[in-house]
Amino acid sequence: MSGNTLPNPGFRLRASYHHVNREDEVNFGFWVFLMSDAIIFGLLFATYATMVRATAAGPGPKQLFDINSVAIETAALLLSSFGYGMASLALKYELGYRKVIAWLILTLLLGLVFLGFEVHDFLTMFAHGGSPGGSGFTSAFFGLVPLHGLHVATGCIWMVVLIVQMLRYGIDADVRLGVQRLALFWHFLDIVWIAIFSIVYLGGLA
Amino acid sequence: MSIAHVIFGRLSLQSLPFWAAVQHPTIENIINGTIATGAASVVVIGAGATAALITYLGKWRWLWTEWLTSVDHKRIGIMYIVIAFVMLARALIEAVLMRTQQAFGLGGGFLSPEHFGELFSTHGTIMIFFMAMPFLIGLINFVMPMQIGTRDVSFPVMNSVSLGLTMAGAMLVMISLVIGKFSTGGWSGYPPYTEIAFSPGVGPDYWIWAVSLSGIGTMLTGINFAVTIYKRRAPGMTLMRMPLFTWTALCTAILMIFAMPPLTVATALLALDRYLGFHFFTNMAGGNMMNYANLFWLFGHPEVYILILPAFGVYSEVIPTFSGKAIYGYVSLVLATMSIALLSFGVWLHHFFTMGQSAGVNATFGIATMMIGIPTGVKIYDWMLTMFRGRIRFTVPMVYSLGFMMLFVIGGLSGIILANPSIDYQVHNTLFLVAHFHNVLIPGLLFGMLAGYHFWFPKAFGFRLNERWGMASALCWIVGFMFAFFPLYALGLMGFPRRTVAFYNPVYQPYMAIAEFGALIILMALACLAIQLVASILQREQNRVPAGDPWNASALEWSVAAPAPEYNFAVLPEVTARHAFMVAKENGTAYGSPERFTDIEMPRNSPLGIVLCATGSFVAFGLVWHIWWMVALAMLATVAAVIWHGSVRDYERIIPAETVRRDYIRWLQLLSETEPVSRDGEVAHDNAGLADVHETMEAAE
Amino acid sequence: MNHADDLGGLPPRMQPPFGGSTPGDGFRNDLRSYAWGLLLAIVLTAVPFALVHAHALPTSSLWLAIGLFALVQGVVHFRCFLHINPPHEHLDEALLVAFTVIILIMMAGGTVWILGNLHSRMY
Repeated sequence: MSGNTLPNPGFRLRASYHHVNREDEVNFGFWVFLMSDAIIFGLLFATYATMVRATAAGPGPKQLFDINSVAIETAALLLSSFGYGMASLALKYELGYRKVIAWLILTLLLGLVFLGFEVHDFLTMFAHGGSPGGSGFTSAFFGLVPLHGLHVATGCIWMVVLIVQMLRYGIDADVRLGVQRLALFWHFLDIVWIAIFSIVYLGGLA
Repeated sequence: MSIAHVIFGRLSLQSLPFWAAVQHPTIENIINGTIATGAASVVVIGAGATAALITYLGKWRWLWTEWLTSVDHKRIGIMYIVIAFVMLARALIEAVLMRTQQAFGLGGGFLSPEHFGELFSTHGTIMIFFMAMPFLIGLINFVMPMQIGTRDVSFPVMNSVSLGLTMAGAMLVMISLVIGKFSTGGWSGYPPYTEIAFSPGVGPDYWIWAVSLSGIGTMLTGINFAVTIYKRRAPGMTLMRMPLFTWTALCTAILMIFAMPPLTVATALLALDRYLGFHFFTNMAGGNMMNYANLFWLFGHPEVYILILPAFGVYSEVIPTFSGKAIYGYVSLVLATMSIALLSFGVWLHHFFTMGQSAGVNATFGIATMMIGIPTGVKIYDWMLTMFRGRIRFTVPMVYSLGFMMLFVIGGLSGIILANPSIDYQVHNTLFLVAHFHNVLIPGLLFGMLAGYHFWFPKAFGFRLNERWGMASALCWIVGFMFAFFPLYALGLMGFPRRTVAFYNPVYQPYMAIAEFGALIILMALACLAIQLVASILQREQNRVPAGDPWNASALEWSVAAPAPEYNFAVLPEVTARHAFMVAKENGTAYGSPERFTDIEMPRNSPLGIVLCATGSFVAFGLVWHIWWMVALAMLATVAAVIWHGSVRDYERIIPAETVRRDYIRWLQLLSETEPVSRDGEVAHDNAGLADVHETMEAAE
Repeated sequence: MNHADDLGGLPPRMQPPFGGSTPGDGFRNDLRSYAWGLLLAIVLTAVPFALVHAHALPTSSLWLAIGLFALVQGVVHFRCFLHINPPHEHLDEALLVAFTVIILIMMAGGTVWILGNLHSRMY
């Protein structure tokens, strides 16, 4: 591959400073992480699908799932996604850090509502003989759904940290990146929840 | 629940390696206890001696600021490779111990079955997770950013964290030599054997957490490498102008991102079974242990392609360089690499053909497995055609490459044999399988890593390695490998199972003796490597290559000084061709002066990597020994460290343009005073790293 | 792909002279995207919940319906909340998601196939 028809064969040392778009890079990296997380959830779903009938003569989906609670959790999480969307808009259109924080707090509260109902669900399941150590089915359920809940809890902690950072530093480049990445995280978790309420809850109760 | 139990978990005096020998002094306990205690002593004395040496030399501060908190991809790469070599030494000695046991294994031997079980488990776990992975990650870390013409990876601090987590896993495996016993469930850890019911001790827990820690590190590394290659290539470096080592790094990164999650799931579910009484893989209450094999090998198969692709990348750099020719079939090599990466996700069932699936399922995966042989074959042909009509130089990396081409093909062919389910039913889990995977891993992966180590060492440290001891090591590896593993093919066909401590049929013994002979030659190869390093350091002044291009190579990393400057390039290159540096040399435009110099922004050091190494180690140790307060505190510390890191705002420093200019001018001055060498003088003392390009590389395209 | 590229936050196809010319338009379009996303998601959630609650169909048909609604709602989330609308900006992310979906189908689908096959051979 001789390049001697080119004025600068091989490479040249230009002074043009090659800027890497840091926002682009960081957000893309976070997308990649989310995809690896998606694989983890996907395999837990597959495991659940193959173990849903392994109830070992114990209670199954119809005995343990409460569709009303699930509906409330779904509504809370969906509204919280919308809330975060509003926070994202406040950030993007520079409506001021107070607006961003307000929407984030709303999102956080809805997230906590989700978690509260979910923990209550789990405790109710334990009371009805549906503890993880009961059967393959309950193990598969408690491997999958609480993992999602743990992610939501982590997102809530992250939200608090971002709010504190915003109060301390205002909306600087790093805070901006943090809000953008948490947005990806939060919407991703809502998509995983769609799969959970569809495959686990509605699928089990159908 | 006594106070001691709360504080120490299930740690007790019984966890010490000599305890059984002291309490029940049978011959077996004494022999095995002595070996175990000897190994533990090496760890303790080694760690102590290292700490003492550093203290004596007053180098703690230097170690902290120059290495442990460094986020420089070159430093991190070197530290990864140091881990790899240390763990290689340990796992090799374990291998020799197992070989020796089997050489004397007619009628029983000297190792207890338990001890043998720990040995094959640590050997496999260390070689895969703490030798091979760190070695290839280290090489990619060091080389790839320079090859794409950038200053560092996309996420330098995360890079350091990955190293820290890998280090934590390695330390955990080393600690298992001193306190407690390691798993006897092999490197794959199959339940229900590794469930609480059958392995209530700490062994499988050591395995789970060591693998989990390094697994998270690897996943983060995969993200880092992929984003770096996607977003940080120098202007003008399109994907099809990237060096082949970078191509394999990209595909390896993609494999890491998608293959580590199944391992995380498999080990996490096993941990849930063991710690919280779940029933994922138990053999009652609805558990399904077959899913473990499925999940583990969903990881395990892409994993072996993670191991081999970087080695293929090294060969794609080494073979053209030492043949004096451009790589043949660049496009076909790229396509082959990408198709190997994609196909590797579709064949995992061939690791458990015998688990009970129908013939239709087995046949599907068998056919898919055989298909992977095709792109690999394309690569071999491309490398052979690169050599054809070239001017071959028998340097150490080239000798490794030649050994690879001849021996790896045999291993690949035995793989195609195993891909046939009907045949696999006969030889599954026999020494035939063991021979196959060592045949692809040693001549494939290990030779590639050693060739890469030899090839890029001068770029890292500024002087070449001793050629004679390197040649001795390479030849010992090639000969030793053949003697150690070819008999295993025969043994496997004769029905000898893997992971078997002893045997009672004398027909196997001659083969075992030959294999032992091979193992001892491999031990000599390791010794030669160690001697090579010492000799090279002692002779470094004579072998300095400050001009930076000792091999007349073609990629961008050779266009800078050796050792490479901290910021890699004084001015980032703008690429206009494939094999950019070689093209520039041929046209006399290499070593040019930039239009002007600008200030360089570099990331500051960060302690996050080493801090997470420490907290990760404590979380894991606490989990293994059920010291719950330690787990809680260490997890809190982990979260606090991450949150603290997120609040850091001053994370860059400026290297002034004047400094950069001064260093660059000084280097150009050195170049003008340097005598270029022809390839005949390549391994002589006068090679100062400047290539005589009057003998240009023939372009094959 | 490049968030900083947008002209005052407008997506490329809404930049002058084809779309609105004031920053307010960009905001309104984005707001519309989120609002539509919420509305569609509510509908796509309520219907399967109602179907299951009323046992309106036989089980396997219910599963199909649930699956389809879930898939569509997922796409709605990707387009309206995550702004992945190929082939415009975010092409890298769209390709990444597509690749992940392929891998997921191979891994999760393969798992269900293999374990299903094993299960059928156990009894």
